[in-house]
Amino acid sequence: MTRTLPDFVTRLDKPVLAAFGCIILLLLLGSLYSSSFLSPEYLLQQLQVASFLGLIATGMMLVILLGQIDLSVPWVVTVGGMMSTAAAGWGPMGAALAIPFGILCGMGMGLVSGIGIAYLRVPSMIFTLGVNAVAQGLMVLWTGGFAPQDHATDTMHFIATGRTILNIPNALFVWGVVAAIAIFILTRTTFGRAVYAIGNRERAAYLSGLPTQRVMMLAFMASGGLSAAAGVLLAGYSTKAYQGMGDPYLLPAVAAVVLGGTNILGGRGSYVGTIAGVILITLLQSMLSVMKIDEAGRQLIYGAVIISMLLVYGRQKKAG
Amino acid sequence: MGDFRYWLAEHKGTLLAFAVFVIMFGVYTGNHSAGFSPMVVMTAANKGVLLALVAMAQTLVVLTAGIDLSVGMIFVLANCLASQVVVGDTGQTTLGIICVLGAGVLCGALNGAIVIYGRLQPIVTTLATGAMFYGVALWLRPVPGGDVNSDLADALTDQVGGVPTSLLVLLGIVALVWVPLRRSEVGRAIYAIGSSEPAAYMSGVSIDKARFTAYAVSGLLSACGGLMLTFITYSGEASASIGGSYTLNSIAAVVIGGVSLFGGAGSAIGAIFGAFVLRTIGDLLFVFDFDPLWQPLFQGVILLLAVTLGSFRLLRLKNRLDLFG
Repeated sequence: MTRTLPDFVTRLDKPVLAAFGCIILLLLLGSLYSSSFLSPEYLLQQLQVASFLGLIATGMMLVILLGQIDLSVPWVVTVGGMMSTAAAGWGPMGAALAIPFGILCGMGMGLVSGIGIAYLRVPSMIFTLGVNAVAQGLMVLWTGGFAPQDHATDTMHFIATGRTILNIPNALFVWGVVAAIAIFILTRTTFGRAVYAIGNRERAAYLSGLPTQRVMMLAFMASGGLSAAAGVLLAGYSTKAYQGMGDPYLLPAVAAVVLGGTNILGGRGSYVGTIAGVILITLLQSMLSVMKIDEAGRQLIYGAVIISMLLVYGRQKKAG
Repeated sequence: MGDFRYWLAEHKGTLLAFAVFVIMFGVYTGNHSAGFSPMVVMTAANKGVLLALVAMAQTLVVLTAGIDLSVGMIFVLANCLASQVVVGDTGQTTLGIICVLGAGVLCGALNGAIVIYGRLQPIVTTLATGAMFYGVALWLRPVPGGDVNSDLADALTDQVGGVPTSLLVLLGIVALVWVPLRRSEVGRAIYAIGSSEPAAYMSGVSIDKARFTAYAVSGLLSACGGLMLTFITYSGEASASIGGSYTLNSIAAVVIGGVSLFGGAGSAIGAIFGAFVLRTIGDLLFVFDFDPLWQPLFQGVILLLAVTLGSFRLLRLKNRLDLFG
């Protein structure tokens, strides 16, 4: 038992520690501006908002660990939101199945990406872009022909905004469960091992007998499902689904994963880091807007902070 | 004969994009009510040249096996800057244009410096710098508007003897920027880095110089695109969605134009035709009186099919290991 703590600490690599350090630094700097940045209420609210990004970043991390990227996030999030609210319009049966239906649709989009990338070997950068365009086309078609039911069910609203135990937001529980599953899968299952192995060298993983193509396809399915789940929650949060609801999530998701110390080329990274990255990005965005800095300054500082943090601890080893 | 085979292999992607474009544009003008008239060609050219310039910018970075997610934002930044400074008399306008192009080079150089000396991955770097460039664009032009030297704008978006001026501008940029670069030592180094960086390093190629040039020239080309946008719209707008869509479309154009995302193969000429193909898809759907609601879906499906066509190479693989590159 005495060894568990040091073990745990040593397993956290430098980037993860640095990311958590940055969070504390950010909070301290913020508290100089206003003490409300340290209030539990503010922090809980930030964690609730972070949960949406957290779900998306989980899927993104899986895909990035494989050495790929998922650019279909914006419209798969929208698919999740719109399809779940659409299902809610089909009577009580539909309302009960709204959430799984939304997530299932997202997994469908992820399946298409996965087949294209794993089996047809199209670079993920361009194939997920195409899937994003198709998802957009489908949603435009869906909302354009007639005015579909776009209101979230009470359950969705409750999960996204409600608080049950100890005043902790329900959304945070959802992220907590997803995080626990992700950590378990990445560190304790053959699937997780395969993800890291493929990210390091797919050829070697294949020669070691791993079903690399199937693992990759499943990872993209998971990413699509998680993006759609975030869309379901977002629709619950704002009580309705709308076009473009996923647009502000692609870049922060990639940034969160990378700030958390995951190698963008795949094969290395821990989920704890991604949690830190998500909180970091959410706090940064929230603080910049609370400080009433205009959008221009916010974007500039946001970009500059990401670059400087990466320059401090995300540099690659010198080649050659 | 042997030379021809190598030449064909090298330019296959470019030729294919060119052929697809010619066929599609032929079908388009054939079915357009105004036919193959200068007006139709000019409108198409003005739209296509914008994306073509951004796609050329993307090509340079992709050739080094990187990716530039900030090209669209540099494009928007140049647009906003141009709507402020490219006004007044000839001298002032010239100075303004130099200023805009300089800003583009500066943006590209910043990307290059961070990638090379900061040793960060291009994709993450340009993601973050893209946000910064957008911030600057918003700061320059918080609300859409502004003005541009209208004489110059009219001249550059009109036609000369039936040929759209914007096409001539594009041709000029290709002749002045791309061709000399491609034939220079630095240009060859850019291809070498993309093919195999260790091999290029061992051969004594100055990697940093070539990569830096690629990013800086990429910024310049994006800024050219932004400048042209200002001449077409007579105003500037800091729009994240315009920047985002140009970035994403530039990647699609590059792939359709036969440039390998793994670097080292393809040419900016291919990317230009890739951009034209993308733009013509939208026009085609319009001309065939497609329900506008179906258009985005169709564009997406065509894009997916186009990039999947490359998968036919899988049928010819002799060794399963080649799947994994």
